[in-house]
Amino acid sequence: MQEPALLEVHNLTKIFPGIKALDDVHLKLRCGEVHALIGENGAGKSTLVKVLTGVYIPTSGTITLEGEEISFKNAIDAQQAGIVAIHQEASMFPELSVTENIFMGHHLRNPKTLKLDWKAMKRETEALLEKMQLDIDPDTLVKNLSVAKRHMVEITKALSLDAKLVIMDEPTSALTAREVEDLFRIVRSLKESGKAILFISHKFDEIFQICDYYTVYRDGQYIGEGRVGEDSEDSIINMMIGRSIDQLYPDHTPTRGREILKVENLAQLGAFKGISFSLHEGEILGLFGLVGAGRTEVARTIFGIDRAVEGTITFEGKPFVPKSVMHSMRQGIALVPEDRQRQGLVLPMSLTHNISLPVLKVLSYKGMVTKNKVEKAYVLEHGQQMEIRAAGYHVDAETLSGGNQQKVVLAKWIGTKPKILILDEPTKGIDVATKAAVHQFVCDMADQGVAIILISSELPEIIGMSDRILVMHEGRQTAILDAREATAEVVMRYAISTVHEEACYG
Amino acid sequence: MVERSTKALVKRALARRELTLMALLVILLVPISIRSPQFLSPSNVNRILNDMAILAIVAIGQFYVILSGGIDLSVGSVIAFTGMACGMLNEAHPTISPFVLLLVGIAIGFLMGLFNGVLVAYGKIPPIITTLGTVNIYRGMTFLLSGGSWVTAHELSTAYIAFPRNTFLGISYLLWIAFAALAVFYYFGRFTRTGREIYAIGGNPTAAKFVGVNENKIRVIVFLVSGTLCGLAGALWTARYASAVNEMATGFEMQAVAACVLGGVNFSGGAGGIIGVALGTLFLGVVTNALPVVYLSVFWQTFVQGLIILIALALNTISDQRKYKRMLAQRRA
Repeated sequence: MQEPALLEVHNLTKIFPGIKALDDVHLKLRCGEVHALIGENGAGKSTLVKVLTGVYIPTSGTITLEGEEISFKNAIDAQQAGIVAIHQEASMFPELSVTENIFMGHHLRNPKTLKLDWKAMKRETEALLEKMQLDIDPDTLVKNLSVAKRHMVEITKALSLDAKLVIMDEPTSALTAREVEDLFRIVRSLKESGKAILFISHKFDEIFQICDYYTVYRDGQYIGEGRVGEDSEDSIINMMIGRSIDQLYPDHTPTRGREILKVENLAQLGAFKGISFSLHEGEILGLFGLVGAGRTEVARTIFGIDRAVEGTITFEGKPFVPKSVMHSMRQGIALVPEDRQRQGLVLPMSLTHNISLPVLKVLSYKGMVTKNKVEKAYVLEHGQQMEIRAAGYHVDAETLSGGNQQKVVLAKWIGTKPKILILDEPTKGIDVATKAAVHQFVCDMADQGVAIILISSELPEIIGMSDRILVMHEGRQTAILDAREATAEVVMRYAISTVHEEACYG
Repeated sequence: MVERSTKALVKRALARRELTLMALLVILLVPISIRSPQFLSPSNVNRILNDMAILAIVAIGQFYVILSGGIDLSVGSVIAFTGMACGMLNEAHPTISPFVLLLVGIAIGFLMGLFNGVLVAYGKIPPIITTLGTVNIYRGMTFLLSGGSWVTAHELSTAYIAFPRNTFLGISYLLWIAFAALAVFYYFGRFTRTGREIYAIGGNPTAAKFVGVNENKIRVIVFLVSGTLCGLAGALWTARYASAVNEMATGFEMQAVAACVLGGVNFSGGAGGIIGVALGTLFLGVVTNALPVVYLSVFWQTFVQGLIILIALALNTISDQRKYKRMLAQRRA
């Protein structure tokens, strides 16, 4: 089935001031093929997408589409050539209808009156949605659609543009398992109709499920390519990270100290109910569930951001009603939030000031932060502990890469000497090396007796890191499992099942 | 890394707007002083500085509000009300000490700032809307207080009128007060916990909340600072201009905003410094005072100020975009 290439990238290099983002890379896409582009963060995947969609102009190298060499000056050029990208964060107009979104930028006009022909556009939209077997009303406002359906609408838009190549950048990161299935069904039908799909994902199970071919980049360089069915996961991962997968999860011997936190029947309106668990010093409790299961909300409630409507929390044997973040922090609870850019860091602030922010009270005297040396020493101590790579601690947090930003957030919290550390998706969207560093950090903290609640959507991470796993499904607690005995299948079954099993307390 | 970071900090601080502004000032002063050698004479410099002192005081308050991600449009009306109140108080009690009048001004400004802050923090009304309301309320209160009449020079005590002009070590009290305010609030922004928390709230309110920064408290504090400084400015205004008029300081908020924007303060909050604000104020002062030198009538003043604001904002945006591009490039590292 050696189809002729639809799009070929040869010796492509893109240099930004001081950095080679892409170094002599290759890529070959065929019609009717789902092609996985694999690589760590910073491998150059996003840069390549931006070159292909006309956002960046390559420094050197060639791109050929259907045998003809092309060069895009802007994004519209790329769209007209038939290359459409569906972005990580859907770029849509929430206040406009599905039809209006789909035809944004290429409205149909009545040839005589030159008026916009909404009837025709609606008909067209209905036909496209029909073709994709999507149950979406063309008049619905996009803001009323779920994330998954927005993705579908974006794909529909790509179809309306008669795209030859559809680029999907982490399309499943915000979807539930069932929505992913829906998406894959559409990907398959795109494939059957002869489109080429460039699929960028960190999730190997998805790649093995849907992709035919793969190409691996590492540090902006082309590493290799192959047919997905013919190579093992381990060999692809090895190409990607250049080391063995065994190192991914550090050894952690569970040493369970005294009980520090006991949560009973905790509930919050519309978010979760009936959450009961205990947490011990030195223990890592994994909190698993699909998007929308209410894990983050549980964490926020314990941390005092949201209030519980029901249930009790006992902290170190005493009843504890978290009133505010300050209150919880004083008790020794720390929360590393999911979205480091929006919730974790003050981006236009220096690393020093970011790291010292939660402990200003300790570092200041009567409200004055004049002990500059003390602050610097403090920041240096915790920054070095996390091995932050930056030009210095005076640079603003916004200049760092995602992985290093996460290290700053972690450095910021270890200094508060927490007794309970809640980590919400600590490794989401960061490269494998930083991921390993984060895992090591979590285990080190647990070994020092810190009780840890680890929220993650990655099943291997939950199973590999936790001592016990609390599984949630749509706001309900479905199980507490011993991680040594839990298998991925069992955990996933609890995460998707609606059956409420008797929770076992360990 | 520690050693380098101190140096780099200094470098970074200067590489920002401050240095550019100083360079621009020098560039501006060369042709002006060639054309009119008296422009840089000690007495004229002293006059310019005294002219800008009240603006500097008000701009400090505006700076902290903008830094927190807000804006205070009510400053002109706070000045008017406190100025009128001090003038009328002085008219009724000619023997009252100027210091008491300053304290009265500060107290009234404090309350007006508190009202703004509480509406913003607890009423959850955006600062621009809140102060758009209070700018009119406070102006209306001024008219109600005065009954529409003025307090003229001969109704004010000589001690009060003389107060800003009195000198200590050859420098007027007015300038001393402005310098003191700049120094205190420079320290406040850089070396206090509250100052740091204002930067954090302005830079990212959500992240600040996640580390337990009390957002409401910070929002009230910045308006308190602005209101209090405007109260002080109002008391000084009446003395300096030897009258209290209902329309006084109308549109002054724009000058205060201009000084901040010129000084490189980020309009969306989280970045900027007092040194920049001081230089921005000085720059405005030089430009305004230089207009007659280049044979432009004073009527051009607001026109030129508006132009400067636009240019400064455009420069801020351009340098932000450059920074963003560099950042993108670096992230790929």
